[in-house]
Amino acid sequence: MGTENDKLVRMVNIQKFFGEVAALRGENFEVGYNEVVGLIGDNGAGKSTLIKILTGVYTPDKGEIYFKGEEITYHSVERARELGIETVYQERALGEQQALWRNIFMGREMTTGLGFLQVKKAKKETEKILKEVIGFTAAGLTPDSIVGRLSGGEKQGVAIARALHFKAELIILDEPTMALSLSETKKVLNFVKEVKEQGRSCVFITHNIYHVYPAADRFVVLDRGRTVGEFEKKDVSLEELVDKLYLVARTGEIS
Amino acid sequence: MESLSPSLTRKRLKDYLKLNEFRLQWSMFAVLVAVLAVFIIGSPRVFLGSSIYYSFMSTIPFMTIMALALTPVIICAEIDLSFPSIMGFAAWVFVSLSALTGNPTLALVISLITGLLAGLLNGILVVKVGVPSLIVTIGTMFLWRGLIMVCSAGVGKTLVPVKGTILFKSLVGRIGGVVPAQALWAVALAFLFWLILNRRKLGSHIYFTGDNIESARMMGIPVNKVKMLVFAQLGFFAAFAGILASLEVLYYWPTLGEGYLLRTIASVFLGGTSVFGGMGTIFGTFVGCVIIGSLEAGVISIGLTGFWTQLIYGLVIVISVGIHSILRKRA
Repeated sequence: MGTENDKLVRMVNIQKFFGEVAALRGENFEVGYNEVVGLIGDNGAGKSTLIKILTGVYTPDKGEIYFKGEEITYHSVERARELGIETVYQERALGEQQALWRNIFMGREMTTGLGFLQVKKAKKETEKILKEVIGFTAAGLTPDSIVGRLSGGEKQGVAIARALHFKAELIILDEPTMALSLSETKKVLNFVKEVKEQGRSCVFITHNIYHVYPAADRFVVLDRGRTVGEFEKKDVSLEELVDKLYLVARTGEIS
Repeated sequence: MESLSPSLTRKRLKDYLKLNEFRLQWSMFAVLVAVLAVFIIGSPRVFLGSSIYYSFMSTIPFMTIMALALTPVIICAEIDLSFPSIMGFAAWVFVSLSALTGNPTLALVISLITGLLAGLLNGILVVKVGVPSLIVTIGTMFLWRGLIMVCSAGVGKTLVPVKGTILFKSLVGRIGGVVPAQALWAVALAFLFWLILNRRKLGSHIYFTGDNIESARMMGIPVNKVKMLVFAQLGFFAAFAGILASLEVLYYWPTLGEGYLLRTIASVFLGGTSVFGGMGTIFGTFVGCVIIGSLEAGVISIGLTGFWTQLIYGLVIVISVGIHSILRKRA
């Protein structure tokens, strides 16, 4: 497992119960520096619970969380964001009726000393983000475009670009491709590559292995509240991974 | 922005023309021009003279000030039905204290604070207790109106002693002998509201709270505070409008505020503010108020009887919100 400082995030022996139901039973989960982790599992496997603990939404009943080797004793959504852990939820990331520039700076508006919005600066920054991170200018989008006019994949892109712009170290994508078409899914995967190129880390949550395989470095398979398998992409082909997932679904064991 | 390439600037202009906001604002402006044109053709003697416009400037601002303050509430996807009652109650506080203490300025301050607290009460009930704003404000609408009736025993009060004070002149005096001061207040407040919605953090937070409250919360916007604030400020400005309206006629009627509710709400919707939240402009609300506020006088001066006014209100409102919906679908 290496020393503690090797990993960006280490979650050790995490347990979480909802009443009598064990959502997580002693789960260990790690994300390395500049690593894209595909977190795979069926509905109810514990993916969301695990991520909500990491992002401070839930408090674990037991277990420790380390970020850059330091234990997080008090955890909250605000604390997670301060640390640089940013979650991109599919439908809930953006204000649909607002302009792009407002969305990029949502909740983190730039103001002058007198408290006035720096609209010009915000639009200019948005323009830069569109061009450099998303490569959107070709699509005819400008900082004044209303977000509701963007496609599903583009919206994910904006949310990811926003996280990158604000120096998120770890970007968590919760089912980012669920309602998307093939070409839109491809766009999202390109954004994930961008995260990797910028030296940040990413957790890609999905139950669709075909969507995550091209983008991830490592796969963690969760079933009924615990990890049943971890694979480096270099060690496993897509076909092998799919076979293993079928096995998990049938028997609850990976081999 | 000088560093942009010309093609991008063109694209941006095109984008701007496509904006809902922009289209809605100008479509409403067109409705206003059309309405005025009908009045001018129907009654050129009245509508080409200046006195009707001075008269508008003295009557429309009361509703306008409340409509401006109601706009952020509706942008937050909330509603308030109690502001006309708050208007009446706060004005009663003003009139009573002013008679009691002989100090109208003190009475003004306390009345405004009363309005603010009454609005805040709505906000607290909505945010902390979790009652939907439609229901809460039906309750507080009766509450404040009932309190007026109990306190005043249904009897009005004169404000004649206040006439001639600096306060009176600066709130409802005639600037240069002709322009009603309340019109300048309405314009100044419109600018203030525009500034807040478009150039302040708070404005951004109001739009996002109404647009997508979950994502707003997740991005660290204090949505509960924003909602309480928008309700509180509406109470404050309803009180202000109540004071102005009472001073204008130098008399307090316990029924003050009745008749404002639906016309004020209609003005806001006429101006293109979405009932679903997240969208709305001050320019639109302002134009909406001028349309609604000028209809009654216009209908009568073009020779129709007063029986026609409601029908014309109905037509203008239905046609305008129809235009909004069509424009929104296309964008």
